Amino acid sequence: MTDLLNALVIIANFIIVPGLAYGSQLALGALGVTLVFGVLRFSNIAHGETMAAGAMFTMLFTWLLQSMGIGFGPLPTALLALPFGIGAAMVLCLATDRAVYGYYRRVRASPAIYIIVSVGVMFVYNGLIRFVVGPQDRVITDGQRFIMKARAFKQATGLNEGLAIKTTQAVSVGCAVLAVGLLFWFLNRTRTGKSMRAYSDNEDLALLSGINPERVVLITWLITAALATLAGTLYGLDKSFRPFVYMQLLLPIFAAAIVGGFGSPLGAIAGGFVIAFSELTVTFAYKRVLAYLLPDSMAPSTLVQLLSTDYKIAVSFAILVIVLLIKPTGLFGQRTA
Amino acid sequence: MTQSYRNIMMFAGMAALLALVGFGQGWDIALLLLNMCIISAIMALGVNIQWGYAGLFSIGSMGFAALGGLAGVIVSARPVPGAWQAGGLGVIGGIVATVLTVALGVYVWRRLADQGRRRYWGTGVVVLIGFFVIRGVMGPAIAAIEEVDPAAAGYLGGLGLPIILSWVVGGLFAAGVAWVVGKVSLGLRSDYLAIATLGISEIIIFILKFEDWLTRGVKNVTGLPRPVPYEVDLIASPAFQDWATSIGSNATAAASIVVKLCYAGLFSVVLLLVLYLSEIALRSPWGRMMRAIRDNETAAEAMGKDVKARHLQVFVLGSAVIGIAGAMLTTLDGQFTPTSYQPLRFTFLIWVMVIIGGSGNNWGAVLGGFVIWFFWIEAEPMGLWFIDLVSSGMAEDSSLRLHLIGSAAYMRLLTMGVVLLVVLRFAPRGLIPEVKR
Amino acid sequence: MSFLVGENMTCGYGGADILHACTLGVDPGEIAVVVGPNGAGKSTAMKAMFGMLHLREGRVMLDGVDISALAPQERVIHGMGFVPQNNNVFTGMTVEENLEMGAFIRRDDIAATMEQVFGLFPILREKRKQPAGELSGGQRQQVAVGRALMTQPKILMLDEPTAGVSPIVMDELFDRIIEVARTGIAILMVEQNAKQALNIADKGFVLVQGRNAYKDTGAALMANAEVRRAFLGG
Repeated sequence: MTDLLNALVIIANFIIVPGLAYGSQLALGALGVTLVFGVLRFSNIAHGETMAAGAMFTMLFTWLLQSMGIGFGPLPTALLALPFGIGAAMVLCLATDRAVYGYYRRVRASPAIYIIVSVGVMFVYNGLIRFVVGPQDRVITDGQRFIMKARAFKQATGLNEGLAIKTTQAVSVGCAVLAVGLLFWFLNRTRTGKSMRAYSDNEDLALLSGINPERVVLITWLITAALATLAGTLYGLDKSFRPFVYMQLLLPIFAAAIVGGFGSPLGAIAGGFVIAFSELTVTFAYKRVLAYLLPDSMAPSTLVQLLSTDYKIAVSFAILVIVLLIKPTGLFGQRTA
Repeated sequence: MTQSYRNIMMFAGMAALLALVGFGQGWDIALLLLNMCIISAIMALGVNIQWGYAGLFSIGSMGFAALGGLAGVIVSARPVPGAWQAGGLGVIGGIVATVLTVALGVYVWRRLADQGRRRYWGTGVVVLIGFFVIRGVMGPAIAAIEEVDPAAAGYLGGLGLPIILSWVVGGLFAAGVAWVVGKVSLGLRSDYLAIATLGISEIIIFILKFEDWLTRGVKNVTGLPRPVPYEVDLIASPAFQDWATSIGSNATAAASIVVKLCYAGLFSVVLLLVLYLSEIALRSPWGRMMRAIRDNETAAEAMGKDVKARHLQVFVLGSAVIGIAGAMLTTLDGQFTPTSYQPLRFTFLIWVMVIIGGSGNNWGAVLGGFVIWFFWIEAEPMGLWFIDLVSSGMAEDSSLRLHLIGSAAYMRLLTMGVVLLVVLRFAPRGLIPEVKR
Repeated sequence: MSFLVGENMTCGYGGADILHACTLGVDPGEIAVVVGPNGAGKSTAMKAMFGMLHLREGRVMLDGVDISALAPQERVIHGMGFVPQNNNVFTGMTVEENLEMGAFIRRDDIAATMEQVFGLFPILREKRKQPAGELSGGQRQQVAVGRALMTQPKILMLDEPTAGVSPIVMDELFDRIIEVARTGIAILMVEQNAKQALNIADKGFVLVQGRNAYKDTGAALMANAEVRRAFLGG
């Protein structure tokens, strides 16, 4: 019995807890990508950099708050700075739309042109971010580091294995639940939210119904900026803020959005967790888990690992490619993009 | 001013810029810049074949460039004694098993076409079993190979042939992989194709980065042989010393320049050859058909053109050209560093070259390759100069000024982005627009 | 002059003109039907009337006011409703949400209008929480018409409302359209099923190659031997 519990604790500690946190971050990122795809109808290559920009703004405001001696108790100060960061990211997204994307909407550019344009935006954001804060690794996490420490867990339960939960992991999940709840309330309950869904569903009919496309686009950018900033900040809190990491996150995020069906918000969330847990379960070494579960004579001598952890992100690339090839409409969605 | 006159002026201007660097920063730097410009131009030609000719939206050039680099290692690296004996058989077995798994997987996938969920499960089980077989066969072999002299080798090693052969082999590698990639992914609509190729190119890099038995992974393969003389040999040769003195230079400086000139000569031959063939292809009935397909796929299909086969063809050709350039880059570097392959540099920057140069026009792609690489490198000194200028009013030790000067390196990203956006918006046909035939 | 009239409309999709001095009109409480062979420009005429195509010549008058320059959305505000032939519902949204979106430009209480629509199409009340994409073809058409009615239009324009539905459903749809017309709304529709449509029409237009060929009451057109032979299959 204790063996079983120990095995479960290992899985919880190394797969479930990190998977939930990472999955929340991916889901928030994928929601942004999927909204832009649904409403503006292009794959936004610059989304990773939007996340980085949002996280950077939040970081700047965090420093400001910290220098003023304002903290958030056991929680990271960055959470207090988040609204300001989101505001700044919103300004950035709207400015970009005015200066860049608006024109291509008017001329009804093809999806390929949109992608090339978003590559240009990516370069610009990339440069701006490094210009402002440089490429270094920065830690912005403060407050209490752990909600539960491995040792405390061991002492409390008497088990061999410890379970640690970082504050940032809990914050990631909490913020994601809150944000997703708000988003779905907005999309399903408010007039503006419904008009956004209508526009994404059938652009021509939305126009015939008197829905103002520019307003829908504006709201979409505001929400995208908020989601991207939240995702970027949570990832930065959980790991650390490194500008180049966000570009590497772009493909796992696209993978999440595509697995869930491009354009479907619910799918993006499911996709985020599918990707997160796939990455972790495929590259996890099950040796210690099996050692608890199997009789001693059958204990494995190898790591019992499908793929080495080097390939962690590659797992999401592989899923991305496979889903695109066999079912481009996504695994859950019925809506064709 | 006619277009051809303008084009000549632009190429002349490019040459003048390089000469300016030669006089200002030294000929060594200018020649290195020129060599990289040529490689960039060839890569841009490859992307132009895919996008400019046929409208194929592939953003995976990074993977094909890296495959070219891999060819450099396999062809020219010193053979590792004992490595093949240690695990050669296992690796070959593993590759055979991989091919079999893929073939069997495809077969089952096709066979169970209308069987709903069973199709996924069946194919999944085949692939999973195949995966364990591959691991079982290759695992011990890989471990054995990595045991062989791990500090200096720890991989299969190369064939020890002249590296110049790898330019051909690199093209073939890229073409082979492109054939497989194209076969499965070219049916996708443009933006999905873009994301799929981006993902595939990342997977290729991951394999090159972490399959140490093949490439030494992040430990890099260094000291690849050169197709041109080594500086030390030149300097040591009395004849060269005499010649250097006779032209009023010293042997060390002259050697460095002569070596780079040799590279430039070799690269130019490839560039001119690829450019010549590209131009012939573009003017031929084949090129006309490609444009017809690009401009109206449905109509071309209705006229009996096999759009899918043509797309595959052009995708393979373009990728091969990128592979050749990738092999040339590894040749120039003399080493293979998997971590250096970043999508920003090897995919998106090449796209910037094609768009700025003028998609659909080979000369445009070449000019774009030169111009963009030039500014990619020179944006930093220029940015520094610019920042120095604007911040000259500030105190010498002002923190803002120091911060700005420290950030000058990132001017290149900003410049590239702004230039791309401005050209797309106001001159979407690029510096040398496609000729309407 | 009619309440809504498109006069001498000449236009096309960039290339050659499709419509040549075509004139259509309809009055409140009246059903006007546009019929004609394939490619006669029937749908084009509807698009032109609704401002989805730029008129090269001619004009569109609503209640004596020239509205040729107005965008489709503005025409919605001026009391025109349009049901396109394809993609005429929000498939991912529930029936109720479809109706709400139809009323998007209204800021007052829409509950009463929704009741009217449910009264007209009782099946929609039953299915109001279902996504419109899951409904049958006939039910979808009802959603589409209901959506257009939500703005309380003075004129309802329908582009082949019975395309692809069974004869029974078609009859039912026509019954409903007659009911809508009785409430004082002007109805202008394009129909493939010319006979059945002319049967319920107060006014009929026969278009051939973008030109008005015949114009009369529905009954008169049905009685016209030439029209019967050429367009109604004997």
